[in-house]
Amino acid sequence: MTTFFIIAILALGFLITFQIAKATEYVTVLRGEERSRKQSNRINAFMLLMFLIVGMIGVYYCNERLKGKVLGEAASIQGEHIDVMLKITFIITGIVFVITQVALFWFAFKYQASDNRKALYYPHNNKLEVIWTVIPAVALTVLVGFGLYYWFKITGEAPADAMQVEITGKQFGWEFRYPGRDKVFGKRYFKNIKPEENNPLGQLWDDPANRDDVWVEQEMHCVVGKPVKLIIGSKDVIHDVGLSHFRMKMDAVPGTPTTLWFTPKFTTKEMKERENNPDFVYEISCDQMCGKGHTGMRGIVVVETQAEFDRWLAQKKPQYLVANPSKDPSAKPATPAAPAADTTKKTAAVLEGESTAKASH
Amino acid sequence: MSNEVTQHGHGHSEIVTTHDVHHDEHHVHHHHETFITKYIFSQDHKMIGRQFLITGIVWAIIGGLFSVLFRLQLGFPNTDFPILETFFGHWAKGGHIHPEFYYALVTMHGTVLVFFVLTAGLSGTFANLLIPLQVGARDMASPFLNMLSYWFFFTASIVMISSLFVQTGPASGGWTSYPPLSALGQASDGSKSGMDLWIISMALFVVSSLLGGLNYIATILNMRTKGMSMTRLPLTIWALFFTAILGVLSFPVLLSGFILLLFDRHAGTSFYLSDIVVNGQILDNEGGSAILYQHLFWFLGHPEVYIILLPAMGMVSEILSVNSRKPIFGYMAMLGSLFAIAILAFLVWAHHMFVTGLNPFLGAFFVLLTLLIAVPSAIKVFNWLTTLWRGNIRFTPATLFAIGFVSLFISGGLTGIFLGNSTIDIHLHDTMFVVAHFHIVMGVASFFGMFAGVYHWFPKMFGRYLNSTLGYIHFWVTMVGAYLIFWPMHYEGLAGMPRRYLDLSPWVTFNKFQSLNEMISIVSIIVFAMQLMFVFNFFYSMFKGRKVTNTNPWGANTLEWTTPINPGHGNWTGEIPEVHRWAYDYGKDGREFIPQTEPIGANESKH
Repeated sequence: MTTFFIIAILALGFLITFQIAKATEYVTVLRGEERSRKQSNRINAFMLLMFLIVGMIGVYYCNERLKGKVLGEAASIQGEHIDVMLKITFIITGIVFVITQVALFWFAFKYQASDNRKALYYPHNNKLEVIWTVIPAVALTVLVGFGLYYWFKITGEAPADAMQVEITGKQFGWEFRYPGRDKVFGKRYFKNIKPEENNPLGQLWDDPANRDDVWVEQEMHCVVGKPVKLIIGSKDVIHDVGLSHFRMKMDAVPGTPTTLWFTPKFTTKEMKERENNPDFVYEISCDQMCGKGHTGMRGIVVVETQAEFDRWLAQKKPQYLVANPSKDPSAKPATPAAPAADTTKKTAAVLEGESTAKASH
Repeated sequence: MSNEVTQHGHGHSEIVTTHDVHHDEHHVHHHHETFITKYIFSQDHKMIGRQFLITGIVWAIIGGLFSVLFRLQLGFPNTDFPILETFFGHWAKGGHIHPEFYYALVTMHGTVLVFFVLTAGLSGTFANLLIPLQVGARDMASPFLNMLSYWFFFTASIVMISSLFVQTGPASGGWTSYPPLSALGQASDGSKSGMDLWIISMALFVVSSLLGGLNYIATILNMRTKGMSMTRLPLTIWALFFTAILGVLSFPVLLSGFILLLFDRHAGTSFYLSDIVVNGQILDNEGGSAILYQHLFWFLGHPEVYIILLPAMGMVSEILSVNSRKPIFGYMAMLGSLFAIAILAFLVWAHHMFVTGLNPFLGAFFVLLTLLIAVPSAIKVFNWLTTLWRGNIRFTPATLFAIGFVSLFISGGLTGIFLGNSTIDIHLHDTMFVVAHFHIVMGVASFFGMFAGVYHWFPKMFGRYLNSTLGYIHFWVTMVGAYLIFWPMHYEGLAGMPRRYLDLSPWVTFNKFQSLNEMISIVSIIVFAMQLMFVFNFFYSMFKGRKVTNTNPWGANTLEWTTPINPGHGNWTGEIPEVHRWAYDYGKDGREFIPQTEPIGANESKH
């Protein structure tokens, strides 16, 4: 009903506007074209000036309304560089924006057609051209200079002590792998990917480096103040690891691993307080369109202290043992019933996770 | 083909023209123009231009409507619109747009507007209409290829439209159609037969664009009238010339990318595919690179934004000069900056790929070259501003749209400096900031250039005026609306909100923008309705508009205004006029304007 109502209103507005427009055309003919032309010229010139004034107020108002909704301080040290670069660019482009927009609308208003003035025949001035070639060139050199300085800082090699996490995108979710005590990721091959056999990443079980690798889904943990390097991949289509609070982003491309690294500054707990929002979590958003579940491809990053992180990781059973329960040393010596049940429960949970992920698309 | 030959070749159609004008006189039948040869398979460049324009308008309505539909979802994710189910059936069950349908709408909106409206509709229309008229030729170098160019475009349109009706839906991998998503039917319904139709349609489109482009280049280089040296050409023609060169050099690369994609889809090749497990199915492909497609795509994709923008720049230069009654400031600098933009357009494609894992060292060059484009762009802006300075400006709807173009080009150009800088791009890439940036600078600005062109040359196209009151309303609503829609969108991007999301409620980081999205959606519906008003004005004025009584209604210097009000095929009834000066002698020696056909006077001052 409301839809039809809206359509009716639009149609009516349409009709009225058209009738007015037609009437003004008749009036133009009656009053003489020249007079009407002059009048509409004055009106439009005035409107252009108003547009400039109201527009500039609007730009200011929009900024006041929305600046609080833009992310606060960057939550990573590298993100700070990006924020500095944003600020420099804001200042330079802001100055250019105001000067050129004011000139545009002010000239349009000031030099509206008038019988008392003739247009100036002014076809070129090479000095002016040189001035406004050189000034933008200098400004841009500054921007390129700062930009590349930070760019190489951010994209350079991660520090040697960085914690490594492997992140894999799939339709539609994120999986993570931690290298375990040996700090080496075991080999994987995509044809071994068999979630139903508890091998969601296609790890090669005969590679000893795989024995202690831990697999988790949807939630990544890392340590505050400690650089973390993400090794990014994808199982199916291109995804993108978007970490807006850390100001980081990198595509997840099937067949071509990519990396990014950053140093988190605040724990999730600290951020809850800073943002004054008990529901706050760091989110991973997929930033590259990946199909119908793109919007829901949400992961979570938990930043915590080293002690909390160690406790969390210690609870996790290496995926090797999940996939090969017979090799589980903790399963053998103890009473066989309880741990076995535990493993099946875990397997069931994994499978359930898979199926809910599937059901949700 | 020299002009002389053309003159003879079209000698007889001139006679028909004369008789078309006073058609109560005796009819000449040795060159019979039927409805089909005049309106459908026409070889007259003016008719082909009108065909491109009207087809473009139809596409713009479809593409715009798609955006209204997905804005409904984005603005009101929790509201049901039963009317949607009435029209779209299972795509909008319960009045709620299905995600697959949402992405199909997004994809089609982008494809249609970028290629079918702003490439074919814009440069197809004005290159066809203006090149022969402004260089002083009776038609294009090859009127037949020109006709084919339109009909390939028309066929591409039919194929694209038909893809909307296949059961699995049209392509839905975004207008860029990145593989593997676009290569694997298992990954998305839109990548099934809809994607094949999309590729076929785009291949036909490339053919159309090449036929047109080669023709434009040949005509501009070879068919200028006597006295029309390259530096006497109006800037519209220069802009269309560079546009055509960009298209001819970059569209084939896109086509090659599409052919490889077609092979990956159907021939079992692995150009773009490697290490893929999709929907539980392990694929055999190994060794391909998904990023290769992005290089091929953006090698066209970036020049493409200039293919869209340059014609608008050219028309805006012309219209601002005519209506401020002043020569364009810095003609040679304008020309040089067009040239610089055209060259640089080929060297910046990888700035779309800073976060694909591109080598950062390589990325640095693309940062440098990308920001370099801001220099010729700045030159153009300052020259437009100086053209207005101390002018005597007439605000026709065309002038207003041209001024609006400059304003939008400044706003959107400046945000490009953010995105072109790879450091900032890490944060802003694929967010709503990008959407805001390119809609302002390429989408809306080019539309403004197109509207300016339509209002300015409508009298030449149809011998009637568009209703200017509706024109003023159209301009003001669109101008205010464009800024209301896209300005606040930058803030969403600064907060990291990704593009192509359909519901923000699950996101702690982004759900605070729900009310803003609502506002944007409402404004975009109003602006869309306003465009329908323009379309109405267009078709109404075509038949019922005020008649043009003066061959040169705007007091302009260029050659198209030396033709009869309703020029026939062949454009000029007598000899083709000879040119004696550049196109911008406005306000010289106390005279309001001096047409290009007027010989240089003995006492005339030099410029």
